[in-house]
Amino acid sequence: MSTTTVTGDYRTQQTLETFSFLPPLTQQEIYDQISYMLGQGLTPAIEHEHPSQATNHYWTMWKLPFFGEKDLGNVVAELEACHRTYPDHHVRLLGYDNYTQSQGVCFVVYRGKAW
Amino acid sequence: MAKKYDAGVKEYRDLYWTPDYVPLDTDLLACFKVTPQEGVSREECAAAVAAESSTGTWSTVWSELLTDMEFYKGRAYRIEDVPGDKEAFFAFIAYPLDLFEEGSIVNVLTSLVGNVFGFKALRYLRLEDIRFPIAFVKTCMGPPSGIQVERDKLNKYGRPMLGATIKPKLGLSAKNYGRAVYECLRGGLDLTKDDENVNSQPFMRWQNRFEFVAMAVEKAQAETGETKGHYLNVTANTPEEMYERAEFAKELNQPIIMHDFLTGGFTANTGLAKWCRKNGMLLHIHRAMHAVIDRNPKHGIHFRVLAKCLRLSGGDHLHTGTVVGKLEGDRASTLGFVDQLRESFIPEDRRRGIFFDQDWGSMPGVFAVASGGIHVWHMPALVTIFGDDSVLQFGGGTQGHPWGNAAGAAANRVALEACVKARNEGRDLEREARDIMENAARNSPELAMAMETWKEIKFEFDTVDKLDIA
Repeated sequence: MSTTTVTGDYRTQQTLETFSFLPPLTQQEIYDQISYMLGQGLTPAIEHEHPSQATNHYWTMWKLPFFGEKDLGNVVAELEACHRTYPDHHVRLLGYDNYTQSQGVCFVVYRGKAW
Repeated sequence: MAKKYDAGVKEYRDLYWTPDYVPLDTDLLACFKVTPQEGVSREECAAAVAAESSTGTWSTVWSELLTDMEFYKGRAYRIEDVPGDKEAFFAFIAYPLDLFEEGSIVNVLTSLVGNVFGFKALRYLRLEDIRFPIAFVKTCMGPPSGIQVERDKLNKYGRPMLGATIKPKLGLSAKNYGRAVYECLRGGLDLTKDDENVNSQPFMRWQNRFEFVAMAVEKAQAETGETKGHYLNVTANTPEEMYERAEFAKELNQPIIMHDFLTGGFTANTGLAKWCRKNGMLLHIHRAMHAVIDRNPKHGIHFRVLAKCLRLSGGDHLHTGTVVGKLEGDRASTLGFVDQLRESFIPEDRRRGIFFDQDWGSMPGVFAVASGGIHVWHMPALVTIFGDDSVLQFGGGTQGHPWGNAAGAAANRVALEACVKARNEGRDLEREARDIMENAARNSPELAMAMETWKEIKFEFDTVDKLDIA
């Protein structure tokens, strides 16, 4: 921080869209975002990808979207399972909105090891 | 039904004031705020507006009898008081659908806000709202892409997008201009923008600007791994020039171009929107000149009408004012027309200046753009007011950062993400603004510096045009 303050140097960062300019979210903060998503009636879905491939729109899906899922614990368990299976990959959580046909939420929960 | 020809001047109210008329679902409805000259009755005035904006003229003509005027005429069907204004009244007018060419906003406006605005029996006239029947809406193409497609193309979800207008607005060379773009984008903005009056001046011709900007966008994208764009203003002196510029933007693989829809005109705008749909190009719309038309509360056209017209004519973004910054805009009224841009059905709600139910059918939505005199301290209010489907655009609020554009952009981005995160956590952004912002600044020296720089600025003048509600 002190270097930046003195020189005003700003180094370009590789970032991962929404929430990537904040410090990594704590477990509680992640739970809060999942609760928000479920409260909005969005369908949770998980995707993962190796950082070298992550600039493409399409990442690999972790199972199918969790249609009808209302339980925060189940979403957390799936996120952890995906991360355990692919520790080198970025893992992101999406909230599909079938009314707007868009994603109401999308952020990276685990950043890949090498990144 | 044969009628006899009876030459001469008749009272407008005989033919055009029809208080028993029940508007059809296919009618185009309009609400005017009318301030008559002294001594002219409300009914006569309302009927005159209906007549002069549809089939009527000042004298009876024989050729009227060759057609069925009952089928084609506009009708004044309701008169209401304007709360708090003794001189003026609201006149509601129904126009049959066949008065307008399919898909032509130009035609609608030429009728509704044409000669009638200079009519002598009126002191002032203001078009407050139009209800476009779904039958007309379906003849318009509307936004080339719309909110959903743009989000997918740019890969931006769950938050407003961030932009900045490059400053100084005029006078930079193309290479220096591209530098300013690059700095903003590498620092964390999603989009940057040409100013509305950047066209192709001697200091920076458009080809050079497009080429340097394309380099800036490409490099920022490669380095950050995020999708970026710059609205290349293709507004020009002729449609041919405009299309030539649009084609070059496409050649350079740029995702988005822009147009000044009021100074450029609705014909140019609708044509450009169609070009954009055909070529997969996003279209940003600036509203320069709107305040000339919409600011006087008694005369002109309310911006909600211009916003509706733009959605029909076509555009993926439209400037709406900020409510909080340096430019005019009452909050309830602004939210009223922001809904007209983004939602598919908006019910009548006088508290928000909405005079009619409006059904948009399947027409894509338009991003609301909040731009003008805003900085990081406004972020909590902006996220609350505009929600996710908006572009928050900081000009001086990015590039006026003491450490430059990139740091300014990072400050904006950190503030935005902190606000969205807090909102999702169920916190009251406006009430807890200070706490949320100060917390975010702990991890971002750029944001801390921005908050220090702009802590004193306020824009607290009263709104000139207020909603007429009881």
